[in-house]
Amino acid sequence: MKSPFYNRRSFLVSAGLASALTALEPVGLLSPAKASGLAPTRSMRGGSNNYRPNAPMVDRLGSGFWVSGTVRRAGDGAPLKGVRIQIWAATTLGGEREPRNHGSVLTAADGSFRLEMEQIVPNFGQPHAHLAYDDGVYDTVFLRPVMPSASDTSVSTEFVLAPV
Amino acid sequence: MTRSARRAVAIAIWVALAIVMIGPVLIAVNSPYLAYRDTAYIIGGFAGIIGLSLLLIQPLLAAGYLPGAELTTERKWHRWVGSAIVACVFLHVGGLYITSPPDTLDALLLVAPTAFSVYGVLAMWGIALTAALVILRHRLGLRYATWRLVHNGLAAIVVAATVTHALQIEGAMGIVSKWGLCLAVIAATGATLIDLRLIRPLFARKDDWRQPDPEDRKQKTGE
Repeated sequence: MKSPFYNRRSFLVSAGLASALTALEPVGLLSPAKASGLAPTRSMRGGSNNYRPNAPMVDRLGSGFWVSGTVRRAGDGAPLKGVRIQIWAATTLGGEREPRNHGSVLTAADGSFRLEMEQIVPNFGQPHAHLAYDDGVYDTVFLRPVMPSASDTSVSTEFVLAPV
Repeated sequence: MTRSARRAVAIAIWVALAIVMIGPVLIAVNSPYLAYRDTAYIIGGFAGIIGLSLLLIQPLLAAGYLPGAELTTERKWHRWVGSAIVACVFLHVGGLYITSPPDTLDALLLVAPTAFSVYGVLAMWGIALTAALVILRHRLGLRYATWRLVHNGLAAIVVAATVTHALQIEGAMGIVSKWGLCLAVIAATGATLIDLRLIRPLFARKDDWRQPDPEDRKQKTGE
């Protein structure tokens, strides 16, 4: 019997595609992190650009714009206290390499952090901030959140860190 | 049309062209963002804007559409504007590299987080290839028909990629003037290609439709 729609080739193709799809996001059968709870945040493309390691601890870098977020542990999602987050961005003070646009803050007991700085302005075509965790206890993560609008006065993001 | 009417139309065409080309640059000059940028970034950015603006006049010169000049003169300008576009690309990429080497390298290596970077790099290579072919055209012994096809194909890619690149960027350009310029650039290139490569060959006499290339003819006749 000859069926035009179901033969060995179509079976292999569809079975292959189906198994490939379940292995990838969002089903993610092949993702090991899913098995152990909250998956760690992965670094974003371009996140480490113009990074200056060990930005000084600051109370604020300016006023009018807030960069905020939370830091949690991968797996159980417990908030992490006292973790240093380094933040930099192009603002009205200058570009991303301007030292006055670089600063570090520590997370509070609930894992949250926030830093007030000057208004972030579009840089290289997009208004965005840079954030880094780079202190060795957990895997290093560089984030580059993009603001939906250049007139936004805040941006927030989330770190889920995996112990080294 | 009387001579004075023709003259008025010619002036109107040039004025309209100047407004569409120079207007977006002047609006960008007044952008508040410039105050927060260093010199290299400003030069790099404006090289991009001016390069985009030159893409508008480039096909019109190639086809000799602009009133008040001979085709051979316009072809000569076409070559000068082509060189200016190449210079703009160098200033654009160079200025951005000085401003932020990692961001520029990411773009050139096609690993930047911004989608528009890929189109910018595509346009850059298209322009580089065009320039190389201009220089090597006679050495490679390209026939006019082949040359025209390759040159026009590259031009279409460069224009489409540049416009896609520019429209996605949040920068010093005003949104309305940028869209106006980009649509004009697409229209100019599209109309020129359709006219020269589709309509004229279709409606001209068989032995007559080939637009003579002034340089080609010069070589043949030994002028």
